[in-house]
Amino acid sequence: MITRRTLISSSLAVIGTAALPRISFAAGSGGKRRFIFIIQRGAADGLYSVAPVGDPGLRAARGNLVDGVGEGMKLDAMFALHPALKQTAELYKGGEALFVHAVASANRDRSHFDAQNILETGGPRAYAEKDGWMNRLVGLLPAADGKAMALAQTLPAALRGPRAVTNYAPSRLPDASQDLMMRVTDLYAHDTQLRGLWQSALDTRALAGDLGEGAGRSGAATGALAAKLMLPADGVRLMMIETGGWDTHSAQKGRMNGGLNGLDQMIGAIKAGLGTAWGDTVVLVATEFGRTVAVNGTGGTDHGTGSAAMLFGGAVKGGRVIADWPGLRSSDQFEGRDLKPTVALESVIAGAVAGHFALDPAQVARVLYPSLPMSKGIKGLIRV
Amino acid sequence: MAETSIALNRFGLGAQGGARGNDRVGGDPRRWLKAQFSNYQPQPAMLAALPTRGEIAAQLADNLQAVRAVAGKNAASEAADPRKAMRKEARQDARAQHVAQVGARMRMAVASDTPFIERLVHFWANHFAVSADKLTTVGFAGMLEFEAIRPHVLGRFADMLIAVEQHPAMLLYLDQAQSIGPDSPLGSRVAARGIRKAGLNENLAREILELHTLGVRTGYTQADVTEFARAMTGWTVAGIGRGPAARLLAGTAAPGAFLFAPQIHEPGDRNILGRGYPAAGEAQARAVLADLAVHPATAQHIATKLARHFVADDPPPTLVAKLKAVFLESGGDLPSVYAALIDAPEAWAPAQSKFKTPWEWSVSTFRALGLEDTPDQAVTGMMAELGQPVWRPGSPAGFDDVAVRWAGPDALMKRVEVAQRLAARVNVDARALGPRLFGERLSADTQTAIARAGEGAEATALLLVSPEFMRR
Repeated sequence: MITRRTLISSSLAVIGTAALPRISFAAGSGGKRRFIFIIQRGAADGLYSVAPVGDPGLRAARGNLVDGVGEGMKLDAMFALHPALKQTAELYKGGEALFVHAVASANRDRSHFDAQNILETGGPRAYAEKDGWMNRLVGLLPAADGKAMALAQTLPAALRGPRAVTNYAPSRLPDASQDLMMRVTDLYAHDTQLRGLWQSALDTRALAGDLGEGAGRSGAATGALAAKLMLPADGVRLMMIETGGWDTHSAQKGRMNGGLNGLDQMIGAIKAGLGTAWGDTVVLVATEFGRTVAVNGTGGTDHGTGSAAMLFGGAVKGGRVIADWPGLRSSDQFEGRDLKPTVALESVIAGAVAGHFALDPAQVARVLYPSLPMSKGIKGLIRV
Repeated sequence: MAETSIALNRFGLGAQGGARGNDRVGGDPRRWLKAQFSNYQPQPAMLAALPTRGEIAAQLADNLQAVRAVAGKNAASEAADPRKAMRKEARQDARAQHVAQVGARMRMAVASDTPFIERLVHFWANHFAVSADKLTTVGFAGMLEFEAIRPHVLGRFADMLIAVEQHPAMLLYLDQAQSIGPDSPLGSRVAARGIRKAGLNENLAREILELHTLGVRTGYTQADVTEFARAMTGWTVAGIGRGPAARLLAGTAAPGAFLFAPQIHEPGDRNILGRGYPAAGEAQARAVLADLAVHPATAQHIATKLARHFVADDPPPTLVAKLKAVFLESGGDLPSVYAALIDAPEAWAPAQSKFKTPWEWSVSTFRALGLEDTPDQAVTGMMAELGQPVWRPGSPAGFDDVAVRWAGPDALMKRVEVAQRLAARVNVDARALGPRLFGERLSADTQTAIARAGEGAEATALLLVSPEFMRR
């Protein structure tokens, strides 16, 4: 665990931009670096996936809901990984998994939809920013690093914006004939919107080849598909994957077990599929907010605030948990009910992105989070 | 002619190309739309063939009971746990009910001669979204639309609101059925035994404020949410729920019926949004809902969503203001609001600014091709492939109603694939169908593409994915 003092000195100190070295966009990136953002929609319980078993407040607040949670890998004196996160635990042992706890975005009002918007657009309030931070990230990268895609049937907010991005979901439908596809190209020649979308659809189809069939039905299949799309020299470099089912108001035990198992399989399949390229890869897992410290009346937890973020990949300086632990006594809780956030999720994301792509940290913070008072992200998340 | 096309495609569900003509629109499209208020059928014959709520609930209750009766802990391994197979069977039963409901929804939409009202039914079902994901919600999700939306789509918003919040689909989906007042008779007893915790679940109360009525960031606080959750305790479903409350209430009413259970209702007066609500059992939460239903923030929220649905992703503020005023003056009388929409010039702007959702595109495709008898399973699977599985938005916020959500590369490709497959199944002359659907609004590019197509089915597929067919 890293203390409050080191955290403040590394991430929150205000440094004049003039003092920072100017880093060229193209420096050091030969189109090798890959970045994946896995969003956990529904508010995943960080107190369950990365459980602070060393805090006596956990059992006091959660009772039976804690049973079995600590049976996974002990990460340090405070935290244990949920037992379903098996491959993840191996990554941690190998220094390729990093957890940041008690994080939250700028959101504080416990609405899924507002909070997901904030997480994806990087605004200080919901709908304050029109574009997504991943779309703005494309603008910071050279073309070879900036091919962005969502594995989703529709484009998620994080990727929406003026820069060209695309989305793809495996299809079980028979392919349209080449002749029909060519005629559709002609049909959309004068429709600005449809022409661009259609060209992008044709490009992705060519890239995915035949692997689309049957994929995307499980965490492992989705991870394998993402890896396949990202492996080629001219493949995708920024990927977003959506996961759901995290809104565990009831029956949390079984639902989290399933959800975390799927996530674990997905991460494992990404690593396996990328092979040596895993060494140049960062996978970020984040959710819109956490859940109440206390168990509710129905074996679950309600909407909360602080949660945990995860970073995986050969490029991650892992094998540790970063947390300025606020404690779980009711007097320590945010508004007397939630894990109090002590680290801004935005500073984790900005720090990981700047470190991974060797960009000027202050500029990354400014572009990804233009309205948030943050000078730059957390340093030292990525190996250099 | 242009206004006829707008009435058919923007207000309605798309022109019909088959035996049912569009000629009945006549010379006055506004009158045609308003006449639908009196011709609409809340319970068409197609619904009669479906399993009833009681049958769905009874089967679910039986299946859940059977699972609970088995001592699964004795199994040698998780794989050998007999409950696993039983749960799978229960899911298949519910899934069969869901698929039949999806098929019925599509058949009603394709055949409807009151397509404006039918579209409004779909709009409200998405406003009050449940998602058929949990075992207990799968069989009921469609019933919410059939039982709580259809009968009230031409009534008062307040009545629809109460019907929705008392429907088993909503009570189970947002966990209200299991919420227990900590100081209720049952809550106190459970607490005294100290074995497990029984208490509030604030999920439904929060979403009512945020999604169903006032809208997010309209000034309510966490304390309002919690107070409202206390008032809502006791609203539950007979015969389905889990936990101590379900055991206590077993056999008190027919499975699936709305039930007010005083044993789990939090006693006492409540204060919500600065207004006091004295203890009154079931009537306490009813009184809160009645106030929420006519609140100015609710009027603003509903007016914005309606204007967005019919006119533009960023709706003209003038139109929103008009609809809001009528909503408030009429006390939430929905036909008055719809009439104001029909009379608003903003709604008749010639540009097609709404990109069709997958559901809208599919319904209009089926209507254009006259496909009235597509198998239930085919409809269900097709909607999932197109990215909008019916009654499964995955969130209580429902499906987005803006182009940025639907106009993507992948979505276009899927529509082209589906169009090719459907066009091959019908015998339609696209050269005649095009003008029939769009009149003078059929574009030169589309006419050229149809004329040059290599064969009839290809011409039909091109018409179905043409820019004018993608939008409304």
